[in-house]
Amino acid sequence: MLRYFVSKLALSVLLLFGVLTLAFFMLRVTGDPASLMMPREASPAQVEAFREAMGFNRPLGVQFWDFLTRAAVGDFGASLHYNSPALSLVLNRLPATVELAAVGLLMAIAVGVPLGLAGGLNPGSALDSVGRFLGLLGQSVPNFWLALILILLFAVRLRWFPAFGRDEPKSVILPAFVLGLAVSSQILRMTRSTVLEVRSEDYIRTAWSKGLDPRKIYLKHILRNVAIPLVSLIGVQFGYMLGGSIYVETIYAWPGMGQLLQQAIGWRDFPLVQALAVFTSLVVLALNLATDLAYALLDPRIRYGK
Amino acid sequence: MASSPLSTKPDSLLAVQRTLGDRLRYVGRLLWRDRSGVVGLSMFSLVVLAAVLAPFIVRHDPLDQQLSESRMAPAWSPGGSWDHPFGTDSLGRDLFSRTIYGARVSLTVGFFGVLLAATVGLAVGAIAGYFGGRIDALITGPINLILSLPYLLFVVFIAAILGRSLINVILIFGITDSPIFARVTRGEVLRIRESAYVESAVSAGARWGRILFDHIIPNLIGPLITLATFEMSAMIFYEAGLGFLGLSVPPSVPSWGNMLAEGRKYLSSYPWLTTFPGLAIMLTSMGMNLSGDWLRDVLDPRLRRARR
Repeated sequence: MLRYFVSKLALSVLLLFGVLTLAFFMLRVTGDPASLMMPREASPAQVEAFREAMGFNRPLGVQFWDFLTRAAVGDFGASLHYNSPALSLVLNRLPATVELAAVGLLMAIAVGVPLGLAGGLNPGSALDSVGRFLGLLGQSVPNFWLALILILLFAVRLRWFPAFGRDEPKSVILPAFVLGLAVSSQILRMTRSTVLEVRSEDYIRTAWSKGLDPRKIYLKHILRNVAIPLVSLIGVQFGYMLGGSIYVETIYAWPGMGQLLQQAIGWRDFPLVQALAVFTSLVVLALNLATDLAYALLDPRIRYGK
Repeated sequence: MASSPLSTKPDSLLAVQRTLGDRLRYVGRLLWRDRSGVVGLSMFSLVVLAAVLAPFIVRHDPLDQQLSESRMAPAWSPGGSWDHPFGTDSLGRDLFSRTIYGARVSLTVGFFGVLLAATVGLAVGAIAGYFGGRIDALITGPINLILSLPYLLFVVFIAAILGRSLINVILIFGITDSPIFARVTRGEVLRIRESAYVESAVSAGARWGRILFDHIIPNLIGPLITLATFEMSAMIFYEAGLGFLGLSVPPSVPSWGNMLAEGRKYLSSYPWLTTFPGLAIMLTSMGMNLSGDWLRDVLDPRLRRARR
């Protein structure tokens, strides 16, 4: 168990190093980060001065080492737009994004798990058809479009919810729903297919044939085995929601990291974009690690194995 | 076939899978049994037809601006006319022809993006799976790294750096999507490599090139086609999303993402600017997802039997 965790932790650290390398070289892929970040109308002398100030004229190896050692102590440079440390700007936006993703995930679980269970236990039933159609819809509706349509319907026409911002408790409902829809469809499909798979296993047939209490079969034999892949999916999806809320936050003017990313790109504030990319990846990697741990706790094959 | 009466039975049994016509008929039967597959393929064909025949379908050039006819409503609402079935945008461009031409951008990005991703992924994954050991570890590391990143964020990041052009978009999706193809290929190759028929080919003295091309790659095609369908659908989604953020093809190109970005500005007063490109994306994506589900069932004989 401990060895399993340590090896996963080591892998995460390695992946984090990969993320830093990627983020560093992405900015330099065009060969000239200085003109990338300066406004188009800047004079060559201004660009040169900027290059000097940012240290882009130093050897690449020196720059990379500098970037790594600073990142190790949480220094991702200063945002060009705000002229303040990029990391603290990102951290300011974290709570809003976490709130949005958490509410969206809860909604997705509340819809996806019961419908998936119902479909898997009674394939072909009316409820199963409803679930499968919802699953398809969640997979096929672009969330940036759905977000606009829901504003039109529930904010402009019906006036049930605010169209944007984070001023009242119910502001979170529309953006969270949009963010959660695709996830609910994934959860639904996964739950359904796992139930179908588990249901036909030998140990379930044995449980039925020895006359076990059906409630015990459903709860202990089926649900528990469905929970294992589900936990892993939910962990991964939560990470995806934290890093993938850019459209939803932009459209609903939700003051989180996604909106900051969109703004930073508009300002050509690439140190801020870089900090966002690295920080979000760090959160996602940490989530994946936590998921692996939860997985091990749930699955005795890993808990006692190797 | 017209040989002795005794041999007709085994011959006809073999012939079922032999001629192309029979195979097509067999696939047709499988398709007909799965109605959602029929619906999906029809939706997708409709989009492909629209893209290919675009100049023959529309009456207006998608770039043609008629400022006197700007912001016209769709034909079926007050103020609309059948000359512009979906209405016009703020520059008086015909929305119907922009929507039809948008299919070209989406399908181009989807097709070439998947082609690039599948080619790179197939090569890299096959090498990793076939040779294993240190080569495998060297390839699998970066693949796991890329697949564990927040995908959308990095795509947006790189698109913002590279700038707006069709080639850049195809390159971005082709490269960033190849790890998925590599991972699937690697897994399949590992599975096939351990199979009895490869073992017998090895013991019969076949060289590795022959094993790779005659035994491994043909068996990979099924899973890869299925994956390609889903990935193409996802790419069309992401392209529209990038366009919506102003990071995909140049603003002058009629793409669904660019149309949505423009429609968003007039959401409450001219909602049809937003409605039609969104419906087009939905039709494409739903068609591809349904076709993909069907293909997965048809190409995997184990699932095919289970479904009956």
